[in-house]
Amino acid sequence: MTDATRLDAGRLERQTDEGAQELRRVEREVVVTGGLWPDEDETTIVNMGPQHPSTHGVLRVMLELEGETVLQLKPIIGYLHTGMEKTGEELTYVQGATNVTRMDYLSPLSNELVWSLAVERLLDVEVPPRAVWMRMLLVELNRMASHLLFQATNGMDIGALSMMIYGWREREEVLRLIETVTGLRMNNNFIRPGGVAADLPDGFDAEVLAVCDLVEKGVRDYENLLNQNPIWIERMVGVGTISREQAIALGASGPILRSTGFEWDLRRAQPYLAYDEVDFDVIYTQNGDCYDRFLIRLYEILESVKIVRQCVAAMPGGDFRVQDRKVTPPPRARIDESMEALIHHFKLFTEGFKVPPGETYVAVESPRGEIGCYLVSDGTGKPARMHIRGPSFYNLQTMAPMAEGSMIADTVAIISSVDPVMGEVDR
Amino acid sequence: MPDDTAREEIHEEDPTPDPVPDAIGDPIGDEVAAAVVVQFPGAVFHDSHGQAVVYVDTGIWHEVAAFLRDEQQFTQCIDVTVVDHLRDETRLAVAGVEPERFEVVANYLSHPRNRRFRTIAQIPAADPTIASLADLYPGVDFAEREVFDLYGIVFDGHPGLTRILMPDDWEGFPLRKDDAPARVPVTFKGDPGPR
Repeated sequence: MTDATRLDAGRLERQTDEGAQELRRVEREVVVTGGLWPDEDETTIVNMGPQHPSTHGVLRVMLELEGETVLQLKPIIGYLHTGMEKTGEELTYVQGATNVTRMDYLSPLSNELVWSLAVERLLDVEVPPRAVWMRMLLVELNRMASHLLFQATNGMDIGALSMMIYGWREREEVLRLIETVTGLRMNNNFIRPGGVAADLPDGFDAEVLAVCDLVEKGVRDYENLLNQNPIWIERMVGVGTISREQAIALGASGPILRSTGFEWDLRRAQPYLAYDEVDFDVIYTQNGDCYDRFLIRLYEILESVKIVRQCVAAMPGGDFRVQDRKVTPPPRARIDESMEALIHHFKLFTEGFKVPPGETYVAVESPRGEIGCYLVSDGTGKPARMHIRGPSFYNLQTMAPMAEGSMIADTVAIISSVDPVMGEVDR
Repeated sequence: MPDDTAREEIHEEDPTPDPVPDAIGDPIGDEVAAAVVVQFPGAVFHDSHGQAVVYVDTGIWHEVAAFLRDEQQFTQCIDVTVVDHLRDETRLAVAGVEPERFEVVANYLSHPRNRRFRTIAQIPAADPTIASLADLYPGVDFAEREVFDLYGIVFDGHPGLTRILMPDDWEGFPLRKDDAPARVPVTFKGDPGPR
C-alpha cells in the first residue's frame, strides 16, 4: 500500500461526496504516542485495490485512516461490469445458462440452477426426479469446491500460506469430479431449463464417494491445523463483528447472517429441489466475527459431504431431463433417424422455445447466500428482463460496519471473510 | 428414449396462451396481500405463478414498504430492480393496472413468517421518480444505486444516489431498451480524476 496519500479535508469531502454510501465517523479514542502521528483532524485516505491481491479480484476499498484505525470504509465496485444482464436479454432461454454461469464463477452451478428454476416456473415444467437429485448432487459438490476455495484464500489472506495449497488441492479434486460429469471445471452450463445436460457417467458413485472421503479428511486436517492455532485465533476472533440486526438491515444472507446466531438457510427454510428429503444441519454461530464465518464455511463442507452421500444413495433412475421436445433437445442418435427430432433440434438451437408472458422471482441458497433470479418474459424466445440478485453484491455492504473502528490489517481479514465474488457483484 | 411419441402434430398447435387478466374480485389467497389491499385501496393483487404480487401506486411505494416492515414483519427488502417494457411483444396484463414503461419491483422476505412478497409500481418514462426505501431497509442502498445507474430511475430520499457499476462520467442508462450497447462508441481514456 504505497499509494497512501495525505489529504486535506476539502479533498476528502469531494471524494466522499461522490461516494458509495453515507459514511459514518466512528467515535473512537485513538492513543497518539509520539510527535510523528497526524494531528487529530488529519486523516489518511488509502485505496486498497482494485489490484490488491487480497481483494479477491477487482474490488476497490477506500479507507479513511487515522493512524492505523479505519474510520470509514467504502467499497467501490464496477471494475468487472460487463453488462451480463443486458447480454441475458439478447440470448435465448436455452443459451441463458451460459451467461449466468459466468457471474458467480466459484459456484456456477448455483447460478444455472436459479436460472433454470425461474425459466421452469414460467413454463410450468416439472423436471423428473433424477434431474432433481442430480442437480442437488452437483450443487452440493460445487458448494464444497467454493468453500474449499474460501479456506484456501482466507488462509492466504491471514498468512497461513500452506493452507492455500491444501485448500486448492482438495478443491481441484472436487472440480475434477465435476469435470467428469459436466465436461468442464467451471462455467459448466450443465443445469439447463428442463433438467440437466447429460446423465451421470459410469462408475461415478465410486469416484464421488472417494472424493467425499478425501474432502472429509481434508477438513479434519484444516481443523487440526487452524482451529486452535493461537495466531489464527488472534487474527480472527473478535475481528469484523456484526450484529444480527445490522446484518438483516443491510440485506446480508448466507454465512454472514448465520454467523450472527441466526439459523437461516433457504435449503431448510424454503426447501427447493429435494432438500426436504435429505438430512443435514444448518451451521450457525453466535459471535458474528471473522472466525465464526470461517467456522461456518468449514463445517458446511462436511454438511455438503453428508448431502452428497445421501444423493448418491438415493439417486433415482429414469430420465435426466423432461421428455418435452419443446424444451429439451432430442438425443443425438435420434437426429439421424427422425425428421421430427431433427426439426426440434434445429428449432431449439436457432430460435429456442417461447415462454408465456409472466414474471417470477426464484431464490436458492448459493455458497454466499441468497441468489435470486427475477425473470420477466414477454412471450418471445428471449427474456424481456433477467436480473440476478447476487448475494455478494448485498453482502459487500456489511463490510463498512465490520471494518469501521478496527485496524487496517484487520480489513484484509474482513474482506476475506465476506468472501465476495466480483463477477457476481458487478455482473 | 420415448422420442417417437413426440410427434410434430402434437406440438403443431401450441400457441403461447394469451395472458388472461385476473377477474376483479378474485379471493386473495395470500394473507399479507389481503392485508395490503385492505390497508391501501387501489393496490391490485396478482397471483404470479403462486407468488403473491401487489401492484401499487408510485405515491404509496414507501408507505407500503413501511407497512410491510412494521406491521407484517418483513425483515428484509431482499432486492429492488426495474423492468423496461418498451419493446415488449406481449406484456403481462393485470386487470386494474395502467401499464407504464418502467416497472420498479421490490422483493421482500420475512424471516419470522418465512414468506416472500413482491410489490410492483408503474413508472412513466416522462417522470422516472420513486421514493427510496433506504431509510426503512438500508440494504437496498446498492440496489437502488444500481437501478439508477442502469435505468435512470431516481430514488427520492436516497442518501447518495450515484453511479455504481458504470464509470462516473458515463452518459446514458445502458440497460434501457433504447440504449443499444453498440451505439456508444468505445473509447479508451484516462480517468478524469480521483473519485
